[in-house]
Amino acid sequence: MGNYFQEEIECAPLEKIRALQDELLPKQVRYVWENVPYYRKKMEEQGVTPDDIKSAADLHKLPFLSKADLKAAYPYGLLAVPLKDCVRIQSTSGTTGKRVIVFYTQEDLDLWEDCCARAICAAGGTNEDVCQVSYGYGLFTGGAGLDGGSHKVGCLTVPTSSGNTERQIMFIMDLQATILCCTPSYAAYIGETLKEMGYKPEDIPLKAGIFGAEAWSEEMRRDIEKTLGIKAYDIYGLTEISGPGVAFECSEQRGMHIQEDHFIAEIIDPNTGEVLPEGSQGELVFTSLDKKAFPLIRYRTRDICTLTREKCSCGRTHVRMTKPKGRSDDMLIIRGVNVFPSQIETVLMNNGYAANYQIIVGRVNNTDTFEVKVEMTPDMFTDNLGEVQARRKVLEDGLKAMLGIKAKVTLVAPKSIARSEGKAVRVIDTRKI
Amino acid sequence: MSVNQVSVFLENKAGTLNKLTEVLAANNVNIRALSLAETSEFGIVRMLVNDVFEATNVLKENNFVATLTPVLAYAIEDKAGYLNNLLQNFSAAEVNIEYMYAFAGKERAYMIFRVNDTKRAESLLNSKGLKSLTQEEISAV
Ligand SMILES: [Zn+2]
Repeated sequence: MGNYFQEEIECAPLEKIRALQDELLPKQVRYVWENVPYYRKKMEEQGVTPDDIKSAADLHKLPFLSKADLKAAYPYGLLAVPLKDCVRIQSTSGTTGKRVIVFYTQEDLDLWEDCCARAICAAGGTNEDVCQVSYGYGLFTGGAGLDGGSHKVGCLTVPTSSGNTERQIMFIMDLQATILCCTPSYAAYIGETLKEMGYKPEDIPLKAGIFGAEAWSEEMRRDIEKTLGIKAYDIYGLTEISGPGVAFECSEQRGMHIQEDHFIAEIIDPNTGEVLPEGSQGELVFTSLDKKAFPLIRYRTRDICTLTREKCSCGRTHVRMTKPKGRSDDMLIIRGVNVFPSQIETVLMNNGYAANYQIIVGRVNNTDTFEVKVEMTPDMFTDNLGEVQARRKVLEDGLKAMLGIKAKVTLVAPKSIARSEGKAVRVIDTRKI
Repeated sequence: MSVNQVSVFLENKAGTLNKLTEVLAANNVNIRALSLAETSEFGIVRMLVNDVFEATNVLKENNFVATLTPVLAYAIEDKAGYLNNLLQNFSAAEVNIEYMYAFAGKERAYMIFRVNDTKRAESLLNSKGLKSLTQEEISAV
């Protein structure tokens, strides 16, 4: 019923997936023990040795890794192979101040590209497609991952990278691109621009989009789907674990299948570290089962989500994760309340504004100030001052209802909110805490 | 006939109005009348221009949000009492004015009105012998 890149793995019965994980995990733990002194020390501190890990059920005995470990071990401390065996790095700016650098052997790249190829197939991609990769190329994993995946599927790959929207549109129209890969905010921007240029959804050759690397809401998905006339698929991944493709959506668009032949996912209580039963909401933790150069075990993603093994109509059997509620890295605490940018986005979209916004948090007299800059759109503008004020008030009320705290909404000119590498700068926090 | 007013959203910060006039000047759009309504957070510029099509195009190209609003324009004698006469007719016809602004020409003065039901207001005032100006007439002033 579907289009699979590696059907025998993606649709394998659960017992088969479990048996594979039971076989791979003990081997991988021993491999890391022998090759990564940093992690071996953590294991020793916790009083656990590779002999204690007999199957995937023993995973919970192992110590966690976090962003702090990546910082402490920077740059080579978590590398498990000699540098001569590595063929590539990717890097992401860390929130802890140090960049994260991860290493790949050729096998690691193959594994990663397979995952991205599976994602493209799940979005309906075949070798008949023209796949435009408008994620940033370079250190960012988005461009490299989808580019490699697109090759594996056999799509005609158009490596536009991010930015230069006019040129993006020229390639989409002239080469009749059918699949677009980029961040959701950039997809929305391309959509807006096409609309401004007078293109209707039916004039646009795209049929599917694979959008990730940023939090986005269901409302934003519907909006992008409508403007571009496509089906928009979510893709998940993080540089530390390999990049996009660790999990991705299928035609069901209800949760992202995690590639369980390569990664074990757990949900833990972020406060106690305790593993939670299936269906619970908690922090997502990944263990890579067969990566060679940068094999992280029990890496805490800080993403809050739930997992489900409910049968999926697409035929894939791998566990599904919900869209992260927000990376705990993205979460802001304003006046003592947890605020996820994705919640703000939902309110904006529900009220007819574009999802381009910026949150500005500051502190005056020991009280947090909270401002949301929202770009004015032609649809929301009228010549009536009172009406524009009233609409702004509706937005403020909506934010209050969603977040529980009051935000000041400032209306700004279109396209005045900076976008870098196609990834919008969403939060400016000037508090010195 | 009502005329098209160009209404433009402005952020309330230094230089934005000037950026607007710069864009219009660079494209040879002549502003016939202009009024600015503002709050502490944002402003709305309302203006009559000689070339509505060109004005909206260049504004959009320069990332301004602009919309067209139908307004009624009347020419009156530039003498004491004439505005009063005009407004008496509005009252008599029970036409509600949302906002208005004015500019003085060489011989006559021009009054621009935004009302809630433009078509109805226009015909009521027309029946009182008041003929609103057309886009061409305003452009020619
Ligand atoms: Zn599925």
